[in-house]
Amino acid sequence: MKTYKKIGLAAFAAVSIVACKPKGTETAVSGDAAQKVYVAPGKHDEVMSFVSGGFNGQISVVGLPSGRTLKIVPVFSVHPENGYGFSEETKPMLETSHGFIPWDDQHHLALSQTNGEIDGRYLFANANNTPRVAKIDLKTFRTTEILEIPNSAGNHSSPFLTENTEYVVAGTRFAVPVDGQGDVPIESFKENFKGYLSFIGIGKEDGKMDITFQIEAPGFNFDLSHAGKGKSHGWFFFSCYNSEQANTLLEVNASQNEKDFIMAVNWKKAEEYLKAGKAKKMAVEYAHNTFDESTQMAKSEILKEVSVLSAKELKDICYLIPCPKSPHGCDVDPTGEYIIGSGKLAALIPVFSFDKLMKAIEKKDFSGEFDGIPILKYESVLHGEVQKPGLGPLHTEFDGKGNAYTSMFVSSEVVKWDIKTCKVLDRTPTFYSVGHLMVVGGDTKKPYGKYLVAYNKITKDRYLPTGPELAQSAQLFDISGDKMKLLLDFPTIGEPHYAQAGPAELFTKNQVKFYKLAENKHPYVTRGEGESKVVREGNKVHVYMTSIRSHFAPDNIEGVKVGDEVYFHVTNLEQDWDVPHGFAVKGAQNAELLIMPGETSTLKWVPVKPGMYPMYCTDFCSALHQEMQGYVRVSPAGSNTPLIYSLNNKKDNAQSPVKEGETK
Amino acid sequence: MKSLRTIAFAALAFTLFSCGGDKKTDSIPSGSAETTAATNNESTAEMEATAAKYDPNRGLGKHENVDVSKFDPAMAAAGKKVAEVKCTSCHKTTDEKLVGPGWKGVTTRQTPAWIMNFISNPDPMIDVDPELQKQLELCLVRMPNQGLSDTEAREVLEYMREIDGAK
Ligand SMILES: [Cu+2]
Repeated sequence: MKTYKKIGLAAFAAVSIVACKPKGTETAVSGDAAQKVYVAPGKHDEVMSFVSGGFNGQISVVGLPSGRTLKIVPVFSVHPENGYGFSEETKPMLETSHGFIPWDDQHHLALSQTNGEIDGRYLFANANNTPRVAKIDLKTFRTTEILEIPNSAGNHSSPFLTENTEYVVAGTRFAVPVDGQGDVPIESFKENFKGYLSFIGIGKEDGKMDITFQIEAPGFNFDLSHAGKGKSHGWFFFSCYNSEQANTLLEVNASQNEKDFIMAVNWKKAEEYLKAGKAKKMAVEYAHNTFDESTQMAKSEILKEVSVLSAKELKDICYLIPCPKSPHGCDVDPTGEYIIGSGKLAALIPVFSFDKLMKAIEKKDFSGEFDGIPILKYESVLHGEVQKPGLGPLHTEFDGKGNAYTSMFVSSEVVKWDIKTCKVLDRTPTFYSVGHLMVVGGDTKKPYGKYLVAYNKITKDRYLPTGPELAQSAQLFDISGDKMKLLLDFPTIGEPHYAQAGPAELFTKNQVKFYKLAENKHPYVTRGEGESKVVREGNKVHVYMTSIRSHFAPDNIEGVKVGDEVYFHVTNLEQDWDVPHGFAVKGAQNAELLIMPGETSTLKWVPVKPGMYPMYCTDFCSALHQEMQGYVRVSPAGSNTPLIYSLNNKKDNAQSPVKEGETK
Repeated sequence: MKSLRTIAFAALAFTLFSCGGDKKTDSIPSGSAETTAATNNESTAEMEATAAKYDPNRGLGKHENVDVSKFDPAMAAAGKKVAEVKCTSCHKTTDEKLVGPGWKGVTTRQTPAWIMNFISNPDPMIDVDPELQKQLELCLVRMPNQGLSDTEAREVLEYMREIDGAK
C-alpha cells in the first residue's frame, strides 16, 4: 500500500509537468538545424525509416533527415488507393479464422537481420488486435505474408526477431484461455487464463513463416520483448506486467506488486525440447496467407495445429527476473550483455547483466517460483540502476558507443545515459509524451546512430490545429555529439508506435522497378492487346484487359447484364519504372486498382442497374491520360444484348473489328 | 494525311514525367547492366554539351555497327512476337499513326543503330534528337521504355525490316 501511495504522488507530479508547456519550445532548435535536415531538390534522404501506423493498420516509409513521407504500405488495412484488400488477388491477405478483417492496430516493426545487422530483405509487422504477424518484402515494399497467431489476444510483444532472423516472436498482451475454451467465467482468470509466446520460424531462403512452437507461460500481460544478441544469442527477453493476475480496474490492481518481471526465455533449449518430443500438439485454427509474386495472387489457408511447450513442466526454458513496476520496454544493448527494463511506473531504470544471469541460473540463485517458473534474485542479476532518470521510462535504444537513450512518457523527455556507469549524461524535452524512440539501427549489434526519432503521443501547439484531432507527431534529434540536438518536428500518419530504419542504400539496392511481362504467371494475364478478350462463364464475365499509355483494350464492352459478376483482369503492359495505371468503374462497391508495370490485377464489379458505365484510368499517366477511358453497357437481366467488345472501332476510323465475346 | 505521313518515320514515345518538362526521366535499365546516357542530375550545360555532340545518324546508346547484310526470318518472327506484347498497342505496321507513328518505312529513314538505340532506351534520345522532338509535338506522348533486351531490340529491328520488304 505504501508503494501505491508513492506512485500516486509521482503520477500527480507528472500530470502537472505535462500540463504546463515545457519551457523553451521556441529556443529548443539550434542555429544549424535547418541545414542538417535540408535535402535539396533532386537529392535523396540519407536514411529510410519504416514507421508503424498504429490504428491505421499500415506502415509509412519516411526519409530522414527530411521527415518526408514517401509511401504508405498497407499491411492489415484495406487501402483504396491501390486496391489492397479490395482486389481479388489481395483479398485473401486479410482472411483470418474470424473471416475477413480489413483493419488492425499495428504497433511494432522489425527489419530482418543477418549477424545482428539489418540486411534489407524483409520488414515484419504485428497486428495487435486480431493477433497476426506480417512480412513485407523490401524488394517491392508489398505485404507478401500474414500469419495469424492462435491462443493469443493483443499481439503486443511482437514482432521482435533474433540476430539471424531465425525467429520472429509474438507474445500475447492479454492472458486468455486457449482457443476454443474461452467460454469460462472471467472470475476464473488465475485458473484458466494463460500467456502464450509464439516463436515463428523464418525460412532461410524463402522467408516463409511458420509457428515452430509456442510456450505456455503464466497469465501475465506480455508487453514488449527483444532477443539476445552476441553472447546472449539463444535467449529472448519479454517484459510482463500484471503479475498480480488481476482482471478488473488494472490501472490500480495491476500496480500492486513492487516488482513485475522480465521473462528470460532460452529458445535454444526450447528447440531441444521440441526435437525431443516434449511439445504437446494442440488443435487450433489460424490463417496463413501468402502472396505469390509470379502469379501475383494471394491465397489463404487455415492451419489446424500448433506445438506447445509448457514453461511450468520444462523448468529450464523460462526464468523470471524481478523488474520494478510494470515494465514496458525490454531492450538489449548492442553487446548483448545488458538487458534494460523500463518500469513505466518506476522511479529508476534497472540494468541487468547477462553474465550475472547465467551465473545465477547455474547456482540456482532463486528467490522463489511463480507458477512453477524460477524467480531469480534481483540483486544477483542486476548490473546497476539509473537513479532518477525522469518519470515514466518506456523504451531504450542504443548508439553503439556505450550510450543508452530512454524515452520518458510522463516527463516528456529523452534521457541519455551511460550503460556501464548508469549515470545520466544528457536530457532533452520532447513535445509531448514520447512513446517509443528509434535510433537508426538502434536495436542491432551495430547501430548506425546519428539520428534519434521520438514518436510522441500528443502534439498540442506544435502544428496548425485541425479540429479536435491534431497531427500525430515525430521529432528528429541529432545524437552525433555529446548533447542531443532537436532538428525537426514532422507529422506522421496514424499513431506511430515503433519504427525501424537503416541507411537508404540497404533498401534501394534490390528494389524491383517493374514486373517483367514475360514472367507474369497470373492465370488471367493478357500479354499484349492481341490477347485481350471478354469471356462469359454463366453469370461471370471475365474481361482480359490491357492498359498502356493511353488506352485500355478493350475500351468498349456490351452485353453485360444486371446480375452478372464482372471481373476486370487488367494487365499493365508498361515495362518501365514508375508507370502504374489505375482502373476504376462507376458504381464499383469496393475500390479502384493501381496496377504496377507488368502486373495483372483484378477488380470484381457487380452492376446493380442497367445503364452506361464509364471506366477510366485513375493515375495520371501521360498528356493523354484523360483520354484513357471506355464504356461498359449494362442491359437488364434476361435481355439478349450480344456480348461484344472492341477498341478503336469507330466508323470514321475503322481499324479494328468489333469482336464477339466468348461463352464457356 | 500528309502530316500523318511526315511523322510516320519512327517509333515515337512518351514518359510519365516528361509532359511536365521534368528532367527526372531516365529509366533504370533492367536485366542487363546497360548504363543510360542521361543521369538524374544532369545540368543544363551538360545537356547542351550532349546535344552538341549528338550524332543524329546513330542516336544515343551502345548500339553502333549493326550487321544487316542478311535478312533473318526467324529473328523477324521473334521480333513480331515481342512487338505484339510491347509495341503494337501504340504502333501500326502500316504508315498510319495510332498513339505513335506507323512503322512502315522506318528502316529506310533511320539507321539500324539509331532504331536499336531509340527503342531500347528512348528517353535520352527524345531530349536531344531534333526529329524526335518534332514527333513529340505531334503525338504528345513520349515512347515508354518497354525494357527491351539487346536481343529483343535486334529482333524488333528485323521485324521492322521485314515490314519494309527485307528478304
Ligand atoms: Cu493510365
